[in-house]
Amino acid sequence: MALSLGTAALVLVALLWELSRPTRQLARTRLRELWRLRSSAEQPAAYDPGRERRAEQRARELLRSCVSEHDWAMYRDLGFLCVAGALRGERARAHAPAHAREPGAAGADGEEPAYAYLIYPHKPIVAYVPATGELLNEYCVAFPDHTRPYGSARLPDSDDVLAKWMALSADERRLVGEANMHLPGRQVDPDRVRRDLARLARWEREQRERRVRPARDLLDAHDSTSVRAA
Amino acid sequence: MKLLRMKPGHGEIVLAEGDVEVPEQERQLIEAFRRQLDAGMWAAVPTQAPGGRREAELVKSFSEVPRDAERVIFFPRAAGGAPAAKR
Repeated sequence: MALSLGTAALVLVALLWELSRPTRQLARTRLRELWRLRSSAEQPAAYDPGRERRAEQRARELLRSCVSEHDWAMYRDLGFLCVAGALRGERARAHAPAHAREPGAAGADGEEPAYAYLIYPHKPIVAYVPATGELLNEYCVAFPDHTRPYGSARLPDSDDVLAKWMALSADERRLVGEANMHLPGRQVDPDRVRRDLARLARWEREQRERRVRPARDLLDAHDSTSVRAA
Repeated sequence: MKLLRMKPGHGEIVLAEGDVEVPEQERQLIEAFRRQLDAGMWAAVPTQAPGGRREAELVKSFSEVPRDAERVIFFPRAAGGAPAAKR
């Protein structure tokens, strides 16, 4: 009895298996097609150097239209921006070294700010003391676009610099609050920053000389004319 | 006024453009502005101080945008922690 029931069950299973074969095949084909579509949708757009170059070109134009001529020239020549710190109160005092915290230390309104930031593309913002060149902190901050329109969340270099500049210029406290603060050297090589500060000082000197030279030439020309007339 | 958005792999794109003095165009600007804020973007208005100094202002609503502003730039909100740099 048990044997016959077992045999009947086996036959029934085999029969059902055979009957459902077309349905299973169809389902398998559909699943394969769905998997293929999903994979192709998730696949990031292929890297296109031309597109990235055009994006960077647009970003540079936008940056140029937003910052001052001096700042634009700095970024064009040196590859980074320098922004004076403007925070006041406890936070600024906590970050600035003792000599920068003294009353009378130059602030945002003075000739030289108590502290300033170097903005690099896709690198942490570095805070330093312009008077001494002492490095204070690194502020790790990014502006990831999670929509990843071309497979990457990274803005073009100049857009990243502009985003940092706008955020620092508009609400330094908020940006510093959003960033992860580290001691200098965590991600940006301190030697490189010191070299950049030396380059910046040289560049500023050259800019000053360039501004002064036309006036000096004019004075020299005037003097020589006066001597000749006498 | 132009609403621009920074976009990876593209640079900025124009989201909307219009005259804030024209009600219909202003409505479209406000809608586009809200969509960006809802998507988690920060909005900044580049400005020029009386002394000629260039600055920017972060705005949280369309009413905070100066009426004479030419551009509002949207960019992804800041997130702490940049990827490890290669020296």
